[in-house]
Amino acid sequence: MNVIELQGVSVRYREERIRSLKEAVIRSVTAHRKAGYFYSLHDVSLTIRDGESVGIMGVNGAGKSTLLRVAAGIISPSEGIAISRGTVAPVLALGTGFESELSGRENILFNGALLGFSRRYMRSREEEIIAFSGLEAFIDAPLRTYSTGMTARLAFAVATAIDAETILLDEILAVGDAAFQRQCQERIGRFVSSGATIVLVSHDLTTLESMCSRALWVSDGRVVADGPTSEVAAKYRQANAKSPG
Amino acid sequence: MNRSGLLRLRASRRTWGVPSDVAGTGAIRFSERRSVAGRPLDGRDELRDLRVHGALLRELIHRDLTVRYKRSVLGFLWTMLHPLLLMLIFVVVFSAMFRGQSPHYETYFLSAYVAWNFFSQTVVSSMASVAWNGALMKRVRVPPSIFTLSSVLSGLFNLGLSLIVLFSIMLVVGSPLHAALWFLPISLLIVGIFTFGISLLVTAVSVFFGDVREMVQAGLPALMYLTPIIYPISIIPDRYRWLVKLNPLVYIVETVRDPVYYGIIPAPMTLTIASVLSLGSLAIGWMVFRHLAPRFHAHL
Repeated sequence: MNVIELQGVSVRYREERIRSLKEAVIRSVTAHRKAGYFYSLHDVSLTIRDGESVGIMGVNGAGKSTLLRVAAGIISPSEGIAISRGTVAPVLALGTGFESELSGRENILFNGALLGFSRRYMRSREEEIIAFSGLEAFIDAPLRTYSTGMTARLAFAVATAIDAETILLDEILAVGDAAFQRQCQERIGRFVSSGATIVLVSHDLTTLESMCSRALWVSDGRVVADGPTSEVAAKYRQANAKSPG
Repeated sequence: MNRSGLLRLRASRRTWGVPSDVAGTGAIRFSERRSVAGRPLDGRDELRDLRVHGALLRELIHRDLTVRYKRSVLGFLWTMLHPLLLMLIFVVVFSAMFRGQSPHYETYFLSAYVAWNFFSQTVVSSMASVAWNGALMKRVRVPPSIFTLSSVLSGLFNLGLSLIVLFSIMLVVGSPLHAALWFLPISLLIVGIFTFGISLLVTAVSVFFGDVREMVQAGLPALMYLTPIIYPISIIPDRYRWLVKLNPLVYIVETVRDPVYYGIIPAPMTLTIASVLSLGSLAIGWMVFRHLAPRFHAHL
């Protein structure tokens, strides 16, 4: 089964955004509307089957995050069709929707709700999440008293405690100390071996090589390479060595 | 599966294929989600999504009602005290002016003002909610109308509290509580649907044009004075009254004032106009919202 299917997907933004009504009116009258578009994704077609672990590499601004967002159905494409099947849990930024006035525990419930999980289900997972985050002592304190690292731990624990058939992860492994990073990688490894589909965006090629069997190289909004991770990573390294930065 | 499970199942079987309760999550997942370029939101998909995100809706309402008071001593009481203080100011200032026209001026004024206050606060908080949660909408898949819906529902909760305050005031000053109060839930339904529709419309447009937010915030107080809330419509000269009655809020506000102040069920004419207005506002609001929502992400 194809878990994610993109058919000729483009995502574009107008180069100069019309921010005010006045501008909009002037534009419509003068009719000098030159269509200046910036393509964040350009005519991307790909399929990801269930059980695959796919890594995405590319320089900043290449369109990696946009690709994940379209796949998750968070943004709709400007052209083409994006299809996702089954439960898809996007983890695009750690701590999305965290509320500083609420306690860690309340934030766990709220985060689960954001992903569409019931309160009862989150309650059943609560203890496990708290244990994984290692924040037992602070869990009932308001989030504003947490350090950045603590917030990241909680966020990752919530994000990965959820049973989803497909998990989209966007460069979240860069946070936390070494021990926590190892813990995260183990958990992702467990997801992969349990048959879940993983799509992972990372700048760390070694991580991608160790965790993903397939990789995509995204550049200027297009998928320029798609294949076994070692091959794509080799090409990517070569290209970046030629033109650093 | 919780108590709304049956409802979900029934609704889903009709249009969305076979739902499955993945790993007992309580959230029914659907086999396929398609986003096609240029296609507006589908009403049934949105309703399905809102049901799946029932827990989020409850959390948002809870957050609306509690977070802003969490660090204050009186806490939740502010929800009641704030309108109460405002009411006091209006009553003191205007009751001397209009006492001749309406006995129990405070009831006359407050019965319409609570409805107005619900309307204006909901419209503003819905716009603010989408703006605040813009980052959220870029990172998680949530039904975009959920923020407006939660503004309306928490607004209705606050309106309920305001009504309790109003009834207490009526008891204290000896203004009669009429049997027609049983009609109030229907009035609130009409007011709620009307407000939901207008909020959807204004919120969607405000995402694209920041000016709209300012315009609405500046225009609302003016609109309040154009609506017979603090003054009786009888002070308007006959030949201009039709002009005042072009304002849809006249009828919306009347459906609440009639049972509370006059102790009557709104006249069939008023009721028909108010119902048509509220359903019309929902239809137009949703139509605009569903076309604009797929492009929100570029502007938030």
